[in-house]
Amino acid sequence: MAALEVYLAVSGGATRARRGDDPMKIIVAIKQVPARDSVLRVNGPGTWIEDDDLTFEINEPDAYALEEALQLKEKHGGEVIVVCLGPSGAAQTIREALAKGADRAIHIEEQNVSGLGPLGVAEVLSKAVAAESPDLVLTGLQSDDLGSGQTGVVLAELLGWSSATIIMQVELTGDGIRVKRELEDGWFQYISMPMPAVLTIQSGINKLRYATLMGIKKAKTKEVKQLSVSGLAVSPGTAATVEKIYMPQKTKQTQLLEGPPAEVAAKLVEKLRFEVRVI
Amino acid sequence: MSGVLVIMEQRGGAWNRMSWETLHAGQQAAAAMGVPCSAAVMGSGIGALAAELAAKKLDKVFAVDHAALGEYTADGFTAAAEQLVKAAGPSLVLLPHTYQVRDFAPKLATRFRRALVSDVTKVSVDGGALVAVRLLFQGKLNGDVRLPANEGPQFASLQAGAYRGDAVEAGSAAVENVTVTIDAGQIRQKPEAPFRESARAVDLTAAEIIVSVGRGIKEQDNIPMVEELAKALKAELAASRPICDAGWLPMERQVGSSGQTVAPKMYLAVGISGAIQHLVGMKGAKTIVAINKDPNAPIFEVADIGVVGDLFEVVPALTEELKKG
Ligand SMILES: Cc1cc2nc3c(=O)[nH]c(=O)nc-3n(C[C@H](O)[C@H](O)[C@H](O)COP(=O)(O)OP(=O)(O)OC[C@H]3O[C@@H](n4cnc5c(N)ncnc54)[C@H](O)[C@@H]3O)c2cc1C
Ligand SMILES: Nc1ncnc2c1ncn2[C@@H]1O[C@H](COP(=O)(O)O)[C@@H](O)[C@H]1O
Repeated sequence: MAALEVYLAVSGGATRARRGDDPMKIIVAIKQVPARDSVLRVNGPGTWIEDDDLTFEINEPDAYALEEALQLKEKHGGEVIVVCLGPSGAAQTIREALAKGADRAIHIEEQNVSGLGPLGVAEVLSKAVAAESPDLVLTGLQSDDLGSGQTGVVLAELLGWSSATIIMQVELTGDGIRVKRELEDGWFQYISMPMPAVLTIQSGINKLRYATLMGIKKAKTKEVKQLSVSGLAVSPGTAATVEKIYMPQKTKQTQLLEGPPAEVAAKLVEKLRFEVRVI
Repeated sequence: MSGVLVIMEQRGGAWNRMSWETLHAGQQAAAAMGVPCSAAVMGSGIGALAAELAAKKLDKVFAVDHAALGEYTADGFTAAAEQLVKAAGPSLVLLPHTYQVRDFAPKLATRFRRALVSDVTKVSVDGGALVAVRLLFQGKLNGDVRLPANEGPQFASLQAGAYRGDAVEAGSAAVENVTVTIDAGQIRQKPEAPFRESARAVDLTAAEIIVSVGRGIKEQDNIPMVEELAKALKAELAASRPICDAGWLPMERQVGSSGQTVAPKMYLAVGISGAIQHLVGMKGAKTIVAINKDPNAPIFEVADIGVVGDLFEVVPALTEELKKG
């Protein structure tokens, strides 16, 4: 690290004075979630899903956040670190991120992540992030399982850093960044802000890369730092957690058509012709 | 005051429609809790909006008017809302789950050492506690979050369509101006004017029939199969977001909260799961037909006619049947 860098302590985090052409240090928060087409079953006590027989993958927008970080690094130089708070099995998702090009990883091992609540998760992540004093933190805008849509924003607030959400483009502007934020109904807006900052990345911001064989090989030698929630000195359980989960109640009467495809097609066309009257 | 405070959303003097739904939720929750409901509007030059709120059945209307709130910024709105909540002292703060609220409400809640309970579809009272129902797993499951009702402010954001905006009760309320201090120099986000990407070549809103394709289609090479179905139905082709993100169909064919909002006579969803961000864009269709292999897909919660099956079998069969004429 350059001797010019100045470290300041700000509300628990460290702020680094970055110069325009300094390499970027970027942290990407990645979460492991059940694979998209998983059949979800509620567990016995009704507190979470039965996850023993599920396969897991990286949360979709997190994959885009990682890609964005890798592209920024390729353009400006620097380091990409992934941080994941999750069970031991999340090691797989971490390896894949390393195979795609992340330089190193931090795995905060915790079996019961959903029990921490959104504030608890952000608090744990904030400790790990603060210790690294990055220029930029990228998160996904929302997790597929809990879907709080706020971990990145809370993280920024806990660190005392600026943030912006639902980001579709990131460019460096000397000592700051200019980002394209998605608004509703197809509108967008550019926002500039200083670093360090936390951005929540929207799916579709870039084109995802695949891991190369070389990348997969290299990943095996990359550092994965192991941390624990208790080791980071946060007391979990500060936040409202989900106490019961269940299938949503149907509010609409749906006519279900069943049978072999040709039969179903005939039934459907008849309905469209005589009931819905659109053909 | 202990009560419910609804923070409404406006931009450039126009309400975000979801604010009214949240206001209705606030009125209902307050009645169930036996406490008053108030509403607040933040911005610059918002007198007329506050006056409009004053004609609703509310305890108070809080007007937070400040030059630094003319344009939305996360820092400005968080600072203003923090001071507002401290001045009003509610036990529950409700906000619409909009893109703007996603941007600042988590910061706001954090300042009170709370977690925002986001994506809520129902707020009820159970034995002195608040129970918020929220969406999990992209709407495939619901979860109950229990919050203490009398321990200072709790924060929840309400999902689109959960409550009826047209059911807000009328009445009259006094407007109270809340003076906030915002140091414009402390606002780190510098926003530029919102814009729309190039004009839309396709106007899905005019279509009578829409066939919409989702990730169930698996590969770009399979899109023509759905195109053919659309042709046989004389329908416009639309898509869920991942299809447009992947570039398999142009962005202008995306339906949902960040795409177009459509209300055709018929919307046929093929291999679309029915995430809320998609539903808000097509729920208004007169008839919704869904083809999905997962009987528990949330799309079936809004569908009038459902086919549980493999789209690779059902779609070609349907096209063929239509061609028979
Ligand atoms: C801020 C924000 C804004 C968003 N804006 C939008 C938006 O404007 N529009 C939008 O659509 N989404 C939007 N999204 C994304 C949204 O949350 C969902 O991720 C997305 O709608 C899912 O698309 P999908 O249903 O096509 O894919 P998936 O959720 O992956 O669903 C695919 C479906 O296909 C079914 N399927 C698979 N194979 C078959 C088969 N052989 N036969 C039949 N069925 C099959 C599966 O059962 C599944 O239900 C937004 C998200 C966020 C957070
Ligand atoms: N347990 C976790 N470990 C690492 N990152 C996380 C975790 N939970 C949430 N995140 C990040 O925060 C984003 C938003 O998650 P959420 O607030 O749960 O919707 C995700 O897309 C991740 O980037």
